[in-house]
Amino acid sequence: MAMDAQEIERLIRETLPDADVTITDLRGDGDHYAARVASAAFKGKTRIQQHQMVYKALRGNMGDALHALALQTLIPEENACPPAS
Amino acid sequence: MSENPAFDRIREDISQNDVVLFMKGSPVFPQCGFSATVVEILSQMGVKFKGIDVLSDPDLRNGIKLFSDWPTVPQLYVNGEFIGGCDIVREMHATGELAGHFKEKGLTA
Repeated sequence: MAMDAQEIERLIRETLPDADVTITDLRGDGDHYAARVASAAFKGKTRIQQHQMVYKALRGNMGDALHALALQTLIPEENACPPAS
Repeated sequence: MSENPAFDRIREDISQNDVVLFMKGSPVFPQCGFSATVVEILSQMGVKFKGIDVLSDPDLRNGIKLFSDWPTVPQLYVNGEFIGGCDIVREMHATGELAGHFKEKGLTA
């Protein structure tokens, strides 16, 4: 059974309370999401470590109830303003 | 504590091959969009890699997730080091980090 966006966001915020989370349902089927997560907790961590923090927040739902989650992690500084071109 | 039987196989694959992609399907016939994306990026960069189809072996499919402590496939290993899945590879490719990494290891054509 698929997860819903609010549940995904809630779980992420439970582990990362300061996170700015944006969830997009990529196909409108509740089964393929993209998550953009910005949190100060990511500072100093490698991308793998950052993604693992999000996966752990989702408590084993990844690959199970949550079939596909495209993940983008950022630190707050990267989230503030779009880069000047 | 007995170790997962797939671990030895995985260790052998990543130590004997510079670039290994644990994926769904084969490089010629990927069976998932995320796997296909990584294959495409590696091919574009002219990087030689070994594609390992986890769908052919349930022990491997499960084992690689435990080995890497990563819940999904595809998974890219370079010189025995776990680089990431599709999202990370895509991001590193966009920033040029991936090309830089391969060049540093002498792996690009």
